[in-house]
Amino acid sequence: MWDYTAKVKDHFLNPRNVGEVENPDGIGEIGSLACGDALRLTFRLDDSKRIEEIKFKTFGCASAIASSSALTELAKGMTLEEAGKISNQDLADFLGGLPEEKMHCSVMGKEALDAAIANYRGEPLAKEDFEIVCKCFGITDREIERVARENNLTTIDQVTDYTKAGGGCQMCHPKIEAILQSVSGKTPAEPAENRLPPGKKLSNLQKIRLIEETLEREILPPIRSDGGDLELIDIDGSKVFVALRGTCSFCPQSGFTLKHFVEAKLREFVSPEIEVEEVKS
Amino acid sequence: MKTVYMDNNATTRTAPEVVEAMAPFFSELYGNPSSMHMFGGQVGKHVAAARERVAALIGANPDEIVFTSCGTESDNAAIMGTLHSYPEKKHIVISRVEHPAVLNVAHQLQARGYRITELGVNDKGQLDLVELRTVLSADTALVSIMSANNETGVLFPLEKISAICKERGVPFHTDAVQSVGKIPIDLRRSTIDLLSLSGHKLHAPKGIGALYIRKGTKFAPFVVGGHQEGGRRGGTENVPYIVGLGKAAEFAMNNMAEENGRVRELRDRMESELMARIPNTMINGDPEQRLPNTCSLSFEYVEGESILMLLSDEGICASSGSACTSGSLQPSHVLRAMGVPFTAAHGSIRLSLSIYNTEEDIQHVIQTLPPIIERLRNISPFWQDYLDGKPLSPFLSGSDSEHHVH
Repeated sequence: MWDYTAKVKDHFLNPRNVGEVENPDGIGEIGSLACGDALRLTFRLDDSKRIEEIKFKTFGCASAIASSSALTELAKGMTLEEAGKISNQDLADFLGGLPEEKMHCSVMGKEALDAAIANYRGEPLAKEDFEIVCKCFGITDREIERVARENNLTTIDQVTDYTKAGGGCQMCHPKIEAILQSVSGKTPAEPAENRLPPGKKLSNLQKIRLIEETLEREILPPIRSDGGDLELIDIDGSKVFVALRGTCSFCPQSGFTLKHFVEAKLREFVSPEIEVEEVKS
Repeated sequence: MKTVYMDNNATTRTAPEVVEAMAPFFSELYGNPSSMHMFGGQVGKHVAAARERVAALIGANPDEIVFTSCGTESDNAAIMGTLHSYPEKKHIVISRVEHPAVLNVAHQLQARGYRITELGVNDKGQLDLVELRTVLSADTALVSIMSANNETGVLFPLEKISAICKERGVPFHTDAVQSVGKIPIDLRRSTIDLLSLSGHKLHAPKGIGALYIRKGTKFAPFVVGGHQEGGRRGGTENVPYIVGLGKAAEFAMNNMAEENGRVRELRDRMESELMARIPNTMINGDPEQRLPNTCSLSFEYVEGESILMLLSDEGICASSGSACTSGSLQPSHVLRAMGVPFTAAHGSIRLSLSIYNTEEDIQHVIQTLPPIIERLRNISPFWQDYLDGKPLSPFLSGSDSEHHVH
């Protein structure tokens, strides 16, 4: 049972500015029905370019509806510059706080406002430049980085609470961790091979053991929890040969998983030169 | 404001006669049934009487009943107790729509090297029995498939499943937590090997359950300790709660006809009224093969948590399969397994009745829910779009990155 503040309940039960502005100056649409949260924001400016009318339509939970209502109340009367500075934390503060797991509703509000302003200015939201990190919810690296920075997030759980990224299959957790570390200025852990004194190399036996350990500890648990499995077939220098088993053997994402998860993890923990290849048997 | 409790699949009210039956076992008859003295020993006969009543409810022999702390423990014990009895076998078959007390046990076992097959369901929530036949092997230690689904109420064909397992010599366990007390079960006419039940789903208190183990079934104890329950489940017997479960079993037997008569009729009428008054509504699950008390509906273009909160404000208690209420960020695994369309997956509501529900209760729901859906549809962007006949867009389906895939 969510612990909602009186203000959240009020903005859910009596939302302000529900509707769609006729002949709007700006429209922003964020989220989707499939995703479980969606917001359509429309506004019209007055002669001095201040937001005269702003309305919302939201598909989502009490937090989503309340956040949208709060957004319209805050933005009304502002210039676009002022409105663009409203942060998701401002929305949450206005409502007296949101449960951590619902912070992504406030982020959706802010993104819809950004989208509407960009729409008014004729700027496309250039998503092609950015990489989708979380495939389950379609969240880009830029979005994670921005929300993490603006809200001082330090853990993967927080990123999930604020953006939903990592809340599905969890395959993107290593990438989220890497983004968090770059935001906090920390350097990521070195792979084992790079931590050796200069001139030293990992012996074949050491490399095999490290690869097996990394598989057991980091790679196999999430793969197995989805019904898949990997069998280590052979190791030749920096080439690691694996066979796909279980649900992996017929999964269309298996190529992606091998490169972006299995290989990435082995490069992170063992050696940056590792290449993973599939053996079909 | 009167509470209209429509969430009986989540938990039920402890029947007043059950509370009354339990009371003396706290203050006067508080002895340990295993004690040598008369004071303790006399309690033993009340435990035995309760065991007989639970056995009678499901057509079992009293020594086939093991009392546990809850349905989850019964499920854990059934699975682990069977696996430990066949340590060389590493394959388990379950369905995709099992309760987490079975599903998560299976996932944990998978991480420890067991091979799990999760049988899928069709859009009505039913299994493909040909698939079951195909996946069984000499390596299969156990098949665990629930009797009735907690979210949709769909009933699985237990006797057919059981027959297939018997033919292949594979033990069959069923999580019958939702069906015991609601529909008749007769294990004398069955080949089911293990069955879990839970007290708080049949008007006994929370914190008591039972595991049926057919005579001759291999079972390694899960909760190990003293020799209680014939050495099958250690721990001093929870006497007051066992007595309560026994009384609740009797209560269930006495009310079985009404549950399948009057309560079924209330559910049917409430459901058809709601379907008639609210457009774009669908029933989740096989409407023919399901529990008499469960009604799972999906309303297109609105979201479950907001429906529940507005219902709660009117005193109506229900639950939902939406992402916001599931504890994860995805809608319920049951609705996903059934392939419920994305326009409806987040807008699901479950109403589950009991013997205590009345005509006034369903009238309150029939009057209250349609305006709630209308109100939320007026706030949702998708309803007006649908009425205007707007085509499928990424805003609807999430098929591009800007609008988030799912």
